[in-house]
Amino acid sequence: MKGVKKLNINVKRTLSILEITVGFILICFALYLDVSGSEHSMRGTILTAGALLVILGVYCIPTRKHRAIVNVLFLFPLVFAFAVTVLVPFALGIFYSFTNWTGIRFTEFVGLDNYIRMFRSRDYVYSFVITFIFTVFNMFLVNLAAFSLALLCTSNVRGKNFYRAAFFLPNLIGGIVLGYVWQFIFNKVFTSIFAGSASMLTDPNLALLAILMVSTWQYAGYIMMIYVTGLQSVPKDILEASGVDGANRWITLFKIKMPMMANTFTVCIFLTLVNSFKQFDLNLAITNGAPSRILGLKPVSSTEFMALNIYKTAIAKNEYALGQTKAVVFFVILAIVSLTQVYISKKKEVEM
Amino acid sequence: MKKAKTYKLITEITGIILSALLLFPFFLVVINSAKKSADIVISPIALPSDLGQVLENMKNVINNQNFSYWKSFGSSLLITCTALLLLTLFSSMAAWVLVRNRTKWSNVIFMMFVAAMVIPFQVVMLPLLSTFRSFSSFTGISMLSSYKGIIFAYLGFGGSMSVFILHGFIKGIPYELEEAALIDGCSPEGTFFRIIFPLLKPIHMTVIILNGIWIWNDYLLPSLMLGLNGRIKTLPVAVSSFVGSYVKQWDLILTAALLAMIPIVILFVIAQKQIIQGMVEGAIK
Repeated sequence: MKGVKKLNINVKRTLSILEITVGFILICFALYLDVSGSEHSMRGTILTAGALLVILGVYCIPTRKHRAIVNVLFLFPLVFAFAVTVLVPFALGIFYSFTNWTGIRFTEFVGLDNYIRMFRSRDYVYSFVITFIFTVFNMFLVNLAAFSLALLCTSNVRGKNFYRAAFFLPNLIGGIVLGYVWQFIFNKVFTSIFAGSASMLTDPNLALLAILMVSTWQYAGYIMMIYVTGLQSVPKDILEASGVDGANRWITLFKIKMPMMANTFTVCIFLTLVNSFKQFDLNLAITNGAPSRILGLKPVSSTEFMALNIYKTAIAKNEYALGQTKAVVFFVILAIVSLTQVYISKKKEVEM
Repeated sequence: MKKAKTYKLITEITGIILSALLLFPFFLVVINSAKKSADIVISPIALPSDLGQVLENMKNVINNQNFSYWKSFGSSLLITCTALLLLTLFSSMAAWVLVRNRTKWSNVIFMMFVAAMVIPFQVVMLPLLSTFRSFSSFTGISMLSSYKGIIFAYLGFGGSMSVFILHGFIKGIPYELEEAALIDGCSPEGTFFRIIFPLLKPIHMTVIILNGIWIWNDYLLPSLMLGLNGRIKTLPVAVSSFVGSYVKQWDLILTAALLAMIPIVILFVIAQKQIIQGMVEGAIK
C-alpha cells in the first residue's frame, strides 16, 4: 500500500515537472516568435497554453510547500489583472505627464511644461472652476433632496416600498441613456410646455442648472436609501423617551435623529462630493460641453466638466500628454478629498 | 389628533406628487416611443394615438445597423456575466489568502488594493489603451476590441473594491472552521472551495450587484476599448452610436433608450430588495 502511494507521488512529480518544462518551452517559443517579428496568428494561443501548463504543473507538484503555492496561485489572477490594468498604467500615466507623449510614443522629457501649459489654457481653468461650482451645488442639492425623500420614506405614509423603488430607479439606468432622454425633455418637452421659450440647453447658466437637475434626479434616490438606513438605525427607545418628554416631530428630528446619524451624513456628503466631481456620462450626453460662453472675447465650452475636458483634450484634440497631465491633477484632487474623509471619520471614531 | 391627520394627508399627497414627477421622464419615454416623428413635433406630451406604432419603431431600431439590439444586448450580457463570475471567484480567492496569510507581503498587497480605490478611471485610461495596444501587437493576443480584453480590464478595475468588501467579511469567519477541515486532511484549496466559498454567498450578492450595475452601465471604458463603431458594442455604446447617426430622430432615439432600459427595469422588479440592499451596503463600507 505504502509502495503504491510512493509510486503515485513519483509519477505525479514526473508529470508535473514535464508539464512545467513543456509549458516553459511553449512560452519561450511564443516569445521568440514575438521578438523575431513573426506575425504567426497562433503565437498568442501558444503563449496562453504554455502559461496554463506551467500553472497546472506548479499546482500538481507534490511538496510540503503546497500551501504557499496555493496562496500564490490564488492571488495571481486578480493581482495580475490589477497590475496590468491599474498599477502599470497609473505609473506610466504620471510619467507620461512629464513628456511629449502622443498616445503611441514619446521623444523627449518636457519637465513641467504640460502643467504650465494646462494652467495657462483658458478652457482648462474655466472647466476647473465650473466643476467646483457644479460639485458644491450638486452635493448640496442631492443631500437635501435625498434627506427629504428619506424622511418621506420612513414616515408612516402608505406605499413606502413603492416610493423607495420609484425614487431609486433612475440610479440604476446608465447616465448615457438617461442623458439623451433628458436632452429630449429639455429640447422638446419643456419648450412645448412653456410655449415659445428657448431650450434651457442654449443658455450657459441654464444648461448648468439642467445638468444639476438631472444629476440630482438620478442620484438622490441612491443617497436617500443610505439616509433611510441611517434613520432606521436610531434606537427606538431613545425616540420613545423623547416622545414621553414631550419633544415634537421637529425637535426629535433636529435634536435627536440628526445628531445620532452624523456618520451617515459624512458618508453621504463625501460620496456625493466624489461622484459629482467625477461626473462624465450625463455631461457628455446632455450638453457635451455646449453652449459656448464668451470669456474675454474668446469662446469656451460653458458646461465642460473636468472629466469631459480630459476626454476631449486627449481623444478629440489628440493631445495625449496634455490630457494625461489634466488627469493627474484630477487624481490629486480626488486623493486629497478621500484622505480628508478618512481623517474625519477616524477622528469621529476616536471621539465616540 | 386632528393635526396628526392633516400631517399624514400632507405626506401622502407629497409622496404621490413627488413620485409622479420623478417618474415622469420614464412616462415620456414610453409615450413618445409610440409616436411617429411628426407626432412628437406636434406635441411631445400628448398620449399616442396608435400604440401599435411602438412595435413599428422597435422593429426599425432593433434591426438598425448602428444599434443591432440583440447583438449589443448579447455582448453586454456576455461581458457583464463573465466579468462578474471571474471577479467573484478571483477576488474571493485573493481576499481569502490575504486574510489567512498574515505576512508583510499580504499587508502590502491589501493596502495597494485599498489605496487604488481612490484612482479615478481618467488617470489610467490613456496609458491603459497604449499598454493594451502594445501588448496585443507584441504577443498577438488582441486586447482591444475583444471580449477577453474588456473582461480582463473589468477584472482589474473591479478587483480592488471587491477584495476590500470580501476581506472585511472573511475576517469575521472563525478560523476554527478551516482548522477542523485541515486536520481532517482536506487540502487548503479544498478548504476554500468546500467551506469558505459557500459561506460567502451573502457578500457575493453585494459584490455582484455593485459591480454588475456599474459594468452594465459603463460607457467610457467600452467606448474607448471597443470603439463607437467597432465589431462589439455594449448597450450604452450602441445607444450612443445610434444617437450619433440619427441626430434629432427622437422617435427612434427614445425607442432605443426604452429598449436599453427594459432589461434593467425587469431585473429591478424581480430583485428590488436585493439590489437596493446590495448597493447601500457597498456604499457604507
